Amino acid sequence: MSWEVVIGLEVHAQVNTNTKAFCGCSTTFGATPNTQTCPVCLGMPGQLPVLNREVARKVALTGMAIEGNINALSKFDRKNYFYPDLPKGYQITQLFLPIVQKGLVHIQDKHGNEKSVRIHQIHIEEDAGKSMHENSEFVSHIDLNRSGIPLMEIVSEPDMYSADEAVAYLKSLHQLLKFLNTSNADMEKGQFRCDANVSVRRKGEPLGTRAEIKNINSFRFVKQAIEYETQRQIELIEDGGTVVQETRLWDSVKNESRSMRGKEEAHDYRYFPEPDLPPLKLSDEELAEIRASMPELPHQMHTRFVSDYGLSHYDAEVLSTSRDLAAYYEALVQAHPKDPKQAANWLANELLARLKEINTEIADSPVSASDLASLLARISDNTISGKIAKDVLDDMLKSGDAVDAIIERKGLKQITDSSAIDDMIQGVMDANPAQLEQYRGGKDRLFGFFVGQVMKVTKGKANPKMVNQRLKEMLKG
Amino acid sequence: MPFSNLEELQQRMQSGESNAVAIARSYMMRIQEQNANINAFVHLDQDSVIAQAQASDEHRKQHGARLLEGLPIAIKDIFCTRGENTTCCSNILKGFVPAYDAEVIRRLREAGAVLLGKTNMDEFAMGSSNETSAFGPVKNPWDTDRIPGGSSGGSAAAVAAGFAPAALGTDTGGSIRQPASLCGLVGLKPTYGSISRRGIIAFASSLDQAGPMTRTVTDNARLMSVMAGQDAGDSTSMPVPHANTWLDACGKTDMKGLKIGRPKEYFIEGIDPEVRQRIEDALAQCEALGAEIVDISLPHTKHATAAYYVIAPSEASANLSRYDGVRYGHRTEDPANLDDLYSISRDEGFGEEVKRRILTGAFALSSGYYEAYYTKAQKVRTLIRQDFEKAFEQVDIIATPASPITAFKIGEKTNDPLTMYLADIFTIALNLAGLPGMSQPCGLANGLPVGLQWIAPAWQEGTIYNAASAYESATTWHTQTPEVKS
Repeated sequence: MSWEVVIGLEVHAQVNTNTKAFCGCSTTFGATPNTQTCPVCLGMPGQLPVLNREVARKVALTGMAIEGNINALSKFDRKNYFYPDLPKGYQITQLFLPIVQKGLVHIQDKHGNEKSVRIHQIHIEEDAGKSMHENSEFVSHIDLNRSGIPLMEIVSEPDMYSADEAVAYLKSLHQLLKFLNTSNADMEKGQFRCDANVSVRRKGEPLGTRAEIKNINSFRFVKQAIEYETQRQIELIEDGGTVVQETRLWDSVKNESRSMRGKEEAHDYRYFPEPDLPPLKLSDEELAEIRASMPELPHQMHTRFVSDYGLSHYDAEVLSTSRDLAAYYEALVQAHPKDPKQAANWLANELLARLKEINTEIADSPVSASDLASLLARISDNTISGKIAKDVLDDMLKSGDAVDAIIERKGLKQITDSSAIDDMIQGVMDANPAQLEQYRGGKDRLFGFFVGQVMKVTKGKANPKMVNQRLKEMLKG
Repeated sequence: MPFSNLEELQQRMQSGESNAVAIARSYMMRIQEQNANINAFVHLDQDSVIAQAQASDEHRKQHGARLLEGLPIAIKDIFCTRGENTTCCSNILKGFVPAYDAEVIRRLREAGAVLLGKTNMDEFAMGSSNETSAFGPVKNPWDTDRIPGGSSGGSAAAVAAGFAPAALGTDTGGSIRQPASLCGLVGLKPTYGSISRRGIIAFASSLDQAGPMTRTVTDNARLMSVMAGQDAGDSTSMPVPHANTWLDACGKTDMKGLKIGRPKEYFIEGIDPEVRQRIEDALAQCEALGAEIVDISLPHTKHATAAYYVIAPSEASANLSRYDGVRYGHRTEDPANLDDLYSISRDEGFGEEVKRRILTGAFALSSGYYEAYYTKAQKVRTLIRQDFEKAFEQVDIIATPASPITAFKIGEKTNDPLTMYLADIFTIALNLAGLPGMSQPCGLANGLPVGLQWIAPAWQEGTIYNAASAYESATTWHTQTPEVKS
């Protein structure tokens, strides 16, 4: 019997509110350590948490987007453990009655088939601070700027059966959060962190014992860590051993995981209801308001792009990967409604490739949607050819100049005067009598040679359609 | 003067006979002379007191008097006071100076009060005798061999000894009412949610409430009307209805039409017969004032103490985790590693009773025991609340003894925590139910004060003030004072 890996994922995504979950401190990333703190998030005596309702609203919106059940009443709990970067000695979280229960995240499996990963729950919790041990072996530094930053923990059911599916799930979730604008989900800033529960079984057997792998903070590491863990467990069992329930830490430098603590050393977090916070209530009006703020989601956008703009599924997929890209595309089509497919080609194939070379996000593109639209307009009105337009786009990215200014500066304007084109064709025919004779003798494939010659003479500026048409007529003689 | 009440002091300032500075000085002089006998104060910054009093006199001159203008109020050391030591009478917070005022303190300052130092208390408010303080026990001014009650023992003793006309306390299981009873004062624990807990060092968050300890019912209502009110910084605080009627509620001189419940579970064996007699006398007095006494039952009372000693320590075990030696407070010298830093700092910083409760709480919450202890205790809590709800369908208010006994000797119960825990047997149920309760003086037993406890439905402090002021108007127990030797 062949082996099957079963994966469940826990994602900690930072909710992108301006202030922390339970106090008014700023959440801006990268500030000088301990400058974004107050008595509440420092855990000073007598200080009390007050929920930032925006956190609840954003998490509820996320729950609605995954078709989850939003609890109109949810509760907070305390998770107790000692660590120097946990100022109160407990973390406020939601264990017994979280804000979101159930839900679905849609992905494609490796055969391209649609499948849904079930969500167990999404709950609100606060982040801990950061401990830094790098400078000395005797001293640790603690930065509490992160203490109290709002997180949503998104817990999936064990519904993924390969590392690739796990990555597809994470990418889909990542995209969704960004679309919803409920998390910036910047992995490099630790705003989207993942723990994986991995077990193996022979197909058809009940679930095996799982190991939890912590600290996997990029899509690539998730794939590597899961593949490593799958292999480790299979080898262990095939060698006659058994998998033990444990927590393992992924080392992305050594590409391996190591045991952090076993079941026996597992913390008893002594969860109990947080007495400082009343239950979180969301009224029908508030829930309706949140639901009304739901933006178009990636799969809806995809469908609309196919039906409204006649895009291929592939192009629709590419253009709906991010809200910024989709917004760019829609602005482009609005400014140049003539040919949405052409617009999609230019954006997805030409501009994105060039931006990638200069490491630039679409939101920061030096060529705006209206700039690109005017380039497309010049193709449509035959001022320049598509081929020349690619050079103009290069120039636009480099110089920042407007399309018409570049065409003017470089003298790229297409020749559309039919008598001028006729003259040039005549000149080429005169200069190549042998080829002309062969063509007229039936060697049709020489047509391309003549096109090339005309283009050469006009430095590519002659309108290709007209050249084609006139050449055909004139070559006939 | 030392035994003046707030009303009298206010009149003297209003008439120009005295001023805030003179009043503050005279109390401080008395404290200086006699505090060593009583140990009521653990921190008193004379310069700060004088500066506040001067500012108050200035305010009276410039803008007129506010509700508590120039009145000195002693503060239990559990309230954070900006720039002044706040230790909860624990070694783990020795030297801690908060950068913020508790919301209640802010309200007192805004009303013109002069904060008269910090009073002794059981460490982290865990105790019923004020013997667990890191600053040593407080002595009862009525008999300095005896305890003043706890945990607000320093506040009670300070007022009883004439060191202050009024004080702030906190009450988690009786910590205002029991010492008020044992020291002969009026002490109110208001409805849970009336007074912001922000800046009050937490013991058990779902039970803690601050309240005033005064000589008279009117003084109590005056302080309450300043202290109560919703605070956006405490999510468990609520809008307080009728707060503006409390002072007027104190004008009552009869109890006509008032139905007073007498719960049989509070008149049990084990209660000191003398205490019981004083309460029966008080109820007879109420009848004479026009009240109807109705026998009622609160059947789950006997489980209150057990439930309390699961819930309060459970919450405390988490609330006290922040005292870890990392950011502030006591840190042991040269710990070998992180675990040592935690365990040795906490071992050195916390006293025996606090450790006992942290351990009890951590055990009750631990995996495998949670359902049997914490969940069950919460169920008992619901039953106790329902007991009261049912009782209040029959009666307007309930009267009981505040404490089954009068003040006991220092050291008498320190080795027997379970007996000690029974000291709060009559006060604990209200905290579990979130209800308001007051202890008011109703005579002496064995030469020591006895307290009558009033219990009202939530948000009905006005009913308590009605009844208590009527009783006060017909008796003189509240005017009795101990003789304090210097």
